[in-house]
Amino acid sequence: MMAPALWALMSHWWRNPIQFFAVIGGLALATALWCGVQAINAEARASYDAAAGVLGEGQYDQLVPRTGDTISVEDYIALRRAGWLVTPVVEHRFGAVRLLGIDPLTAPAGFAGLSAFQDQSNSFQRHSVFANAKTAETLSDELDIVVQLDVADGLAIADISVVQSFAKAKGLSRLIILPNQPMTQPLLEEIAPGLKRLAANQTADVEQLTDSFHLSLTAFGMLSFVVGLFIVHSAIGLAFEQRRGLVRTMRSLGVPMRRLLVLVAVEMGVIALIGGTLGVLLGYLIAATLLPDVAGTLQGLYGAQVSGVLEFRASWAASGIALALAGTAFAVSGRLLQIAQMPLLASGKSRAWVMARGQRSKIQGFLAVALLISAAILAGITNTLFLGFGLLACLLVGAALAFPLLVSKATQVFERRSKNATVAWFWADTRQQIPGLSLALMALLLAVSANIGVATMVSSFRLTFVGFLDQRLAPELYLQVDTKDESAALDKYLTDRGFESLPLPRADIDVQGEPARLLGVRVGPTYRQNWVFLDQIPDPWTDVKMGKGLIVNEQLARRQGLWVGHSVTLRQDLALPIVAVVGDYGNPSSQAIVSESLFADLHPQTPPLQFGVRTNDPQSLRTALVQDLGLAHNAMINQAQIKSASLEIFERTFMVTAALNVLTLGVAGFAILMSLLTLADIRVPQLAPVWAMGMTRRRLALLELARAVSLAALVFAAALPVGLALAWVLLTVVNVAAFGWQLPMFLFPAEYAGLAAYTLIAAVLAALWPVGRLLNTPPAALLQVFSNER
Amino acid sequence: MNVRFLLLLLWMPFCAMAQGFSGLGASSDGFAMPQPQAGFAFPNDHGPHPDFSIEWWYLTANLESQDGTEYGIQWTLFRTALSPENAPGWASPQVWFAHAAVTTPNQHFTAERFARGGIGQAGVQADPFHAWIDEWSLSGPSFRALDLHAQGADFGYAMTLNAQGPLVFHGAQGFSVKSPNGQASHYYSQPFFDIKGTLNLPEGPKKVTGTAWLDREWSSQPLDDTQLGWDWFSLSFESGSKLMGFQVRDSDGGTFTSGTWIEKTGQSVTLPHGSLTLTPKAWHSVAGRDVPVTWNLQLPEYGMDVIVDAVNPNAWMGVSIPYWEGPVSVRGSHPGKGYLEMTGYE
Repeated sequence: MMAPALWALMSHWWRNPIQFFAVIGGLALATALWCGVQAINAEARASYDAAAGVLGEGQYDQLVPRTGDTISVEDYIALRRAGWLVTPVVEHRFGAVRLLGIDPLTAPAGFAGLSAFQDQSNSFQRHSVFANAKTAETLSDELDIVVQLDVADGLAIADISVVQSFAKAKGLSRLIILPNQPMTQPLLEEIAPGLKRLAANQTADVEQLTDSFHLSLTAFGMLSFVVGLFIVHSAIGLAFEQRRGLVRTMRSLGVPMRRLLVLVAVEMGVIALIGGTLGVLLGYLIAATLLPDVAGTLQGLYGAQVSGVLEFRASWAASGIALALAGTAFAVSGRLLQIAQMPLLASGKSRAWVMARGQRSKIQGFLAVALLISAAILAGITNTLFLGFGLLACLLVGAALAFPLLVSKATQVFERRSKNATVAWFWADTRQQIPGLSLALMALLLAVSANIGVATMVSSFRLTFVGFLDQRLAPELYLQVDTKDESAALDKYLTDRGFESLPLPRADIDVQGEPARLLGVRVGPTYRQNWVFLDQIPDPWTDVKMGKGLIVNEQLARRQGLWVGHSVTLRQDLALPIVAVVGDYGNPSSQAIVSESLFADLHPQTPPLQFGVRTNDPQSLRTALVQDLGLAHNAMINQAQIKSASLEIFERTFMVTAALNVLTLGVAGFAILMSLLTLADIRVPQLAPVWAMGMTRRRLALLELARAVSLAALVFAAALPVGLALAWVLLTVVNVAAFGWQLPMFLFPAEYAGLAAYTLIAAVLAALWPVGRLLNTPPAALLQVFSNER
Repeated sequence: MNVRFLLLLLWMPFCAMAQGFSGLGASSDGFAMPQPQAGFAFPNDHGPHPDFSIEWWYLTANLESQDGTEYGIQWTLFRTALSPENAPGWASPQVWFAHAAVTTPNQHFTAERFARGGIGQAGVQADPFHAWIDEWSLSGPSFRALDLHAQGADFGYAMTLNAQGPLVFHGAQGFSVKSPNGQASHYYSQPFFDIKGTLNLPEGPKKVTGTAWLDREWSSQPLDDTQLGWDWFSLSFESGSKLMGFQVRDSDGGTFTSGTWIEKTGQSVTLPHGSLTLTPKAWHSVAGRDVPVTWNLQLPEYGMDVIVDAVNPNAWMGVSIPYWEGPVSVRGSHPGKGYLEMTGYE
């Protein structure tokens, strides 16, 4: 009896292949979306880690030569033998590529590029050069190149011996000082008087900024999970609705309830596995397509040497299959309960029409209001990450639950206002369909809101980040000197030759008993044009220049509660008003900024030892400074290069995220298509009387299209505020809870208009097939409705 | 001794050891093989043997301060060759690394260093004897009178050592067999050092005196795949005699045991497989694993039946290749002191 019963259950899919496709396809797409997001998240992290590798090179103190640009191996050995834990770095330019030689044996854990050596199974590839695929193309064939995706663009890393023999040079470029030094060591001057110590460079630490972006991408991953669950739930729910009659018949024929439940569970488990597996494969394809640098072409170019081509990770696959199973279980459990409770001779008619009516919609409305009120309360009090994600959940689920009710209300209003019978019927008929469409509508609402939210978040992030880089890395060249005389000579040299010289004096101070750093600036076009403030009085730079005001960073403002209008005491007889607050992303310490001359008054013994210079040709200025002033190569940092390298890395992730947006919409469109297709069959009896009254099938079909468009428009109208609220929560609540500073939120109307267009297109595309079927419904089928009526 | 270090080296994450050794037959890879009849030629054999793939200078000492507190120190310099051919400067395939530790009854300090050969950062010269890596060193006019230095971020020591007895050769003429399949190494010890000096600890310097044991070993052969780890003892009894004994644990639960009984005069007898019995008696949880910190050692031939207790059960070496190593006290038929090292406890 088991086999015939299973056969009977399965026969439903034979007779309704489209529905089978809907369930499998829905599961597969939801799983694929989840896997794709996982892959992109992983890729984003890898990109940022690579960026941090370039930008974070300055996180260690360094030893560099006082003159010239190399350190002898003898000096290195003398330092090590004296108990100085330092590790050598050799750097050479090979065209546009920086070839970095490191000593994996003494490099600190986490040092730029060290992981490249260790990732290679467990062998130390001391003859290889590691670079990403793009950089590898530009390197010489003489080198044994291993493609390693997490190495930053424009950088190649190898063992020091490889770089030395390739560059035919013996010296070392600089020595990195390891963080944990032994108990005793002699002074540097006693061991290597020709070297000087450079403090860790603090201008380029963007780690916190990128952590914030990771967090937001994780939130996006969770959203796509929820959208996926909705789709699975909707597809399976509809399939069960249609099998109520079959279940009744089987029960009547004597199939025991328990066995029936087991059979259904097994059947759905198998379907979930098939859908999930397809989804994982699809997700892999999506990720491979979306990640331009990971596309499989590498394999062909580099043969067996390629490592790290988008790997099929067990973790995505497992999480994808788990999603499919969990989503199916979630959708099926309620239905199984219904079957279990169904009286033996209950009507086998579909209940789709009475779903979400009466009691049910009241509960739904109550829940939605409760969740949205909770979200509003949480928005006011949230100060932890946990509450932040709770707020997100309340907001999204509340909005999704409220949406079908709002649409229903809206159609009621439209119906009342319509002056023409056809229009009134159109709205009434739309409203009647809402219960059947509600899950698909919720999925679309969530997808569109997530897209609006993520687009806002990503674009705001990009604006902020680019602005931050422009602001902090505006001077193309950074210079370091050692003494007051050198400082004055350098400033004179630069000013005499018409360069905009930006001395950067700094001193440690106390602000209301808390440590902070005081910076002096030479107010000029660079600061006026590039700095963006979180809050400011009009023209703050003029006040700073006159010594009548100071600028503080956001960290100081938040920590001490000092904002524009408050004043800061710099000396007993000198308190200045704050004229602007500047976002200082990724910097943990407090800063106050005053004019160069005021700084010199306050700290006459602290000359500027660092300078920024504006120049269109950093390379020749470098050469000139070496020749004319004897500056060491190591004392000059080309910020323009660092800036363009990091921008390029970030840009890659933004593109990937944009592509993902389109994908999410596609999946939501699929949910609508499947709902409409399922409803189309059930709706024939509803359409037959209208047709009989003289409305042509063509007109009916056009009205169906119009319905899809108007529903999509309603979805977008609701998604815009929900999406913006989502972005606001991510940027100003979750980020502050996680990192203590806020990312400014910008609005992007053009992007939203584009998204609106995509939403309408997705709805129209989804409606085209059911509309086509309606156009081709034979009149006989419509007539039959009347003959069937009793 | 230190059979385990052959294994440890195999696990080193960024030395080509896994590839270098996994396919190693008796004649492959170009490294020299231990020879049963080779014997030793001093002072040259105190220096490095770069044609063998692995080698170490391994010193442990039991110390006591004036107030009677017991301490232990370890100083080990390892040499490993990534490939048999030689190359000058940075391209040298010789890799050096070292471990230093101080164990007190309730604290354990460790430090680790790495260096490559060819540039002078680390090395060993036979005569006058000089072994160094960074500022750590073991050196003196001869192998019998040495100065010892090492330090980490929170500890350091400076010691002088004077040998009171002769060198001891393990196995037949220093050819020490490590497994039933015949894996072996060249192995000799100087177990008769008197040692004194200063420990620098966070609470301040401490003057200490005691005895030290220096092991020299080199080989190119790995252990069998099935050998998981080992338990190695160097014990000095109040009677003046000494014992070096170890067991290598197999994945099937079996063990291979071996050792050397050393008389006060320095005369030694090799203990064949099976004569020494080592039984764990009490276990301790450290760094997330359980390790036996009390042992019963029995050697019926010499009427020896002793209980060996760790001075500090938390003497875990949390270095790149973690293991347990620390001073022990001995009670029973032959009271005394010594050192214990244990590896392969996951």
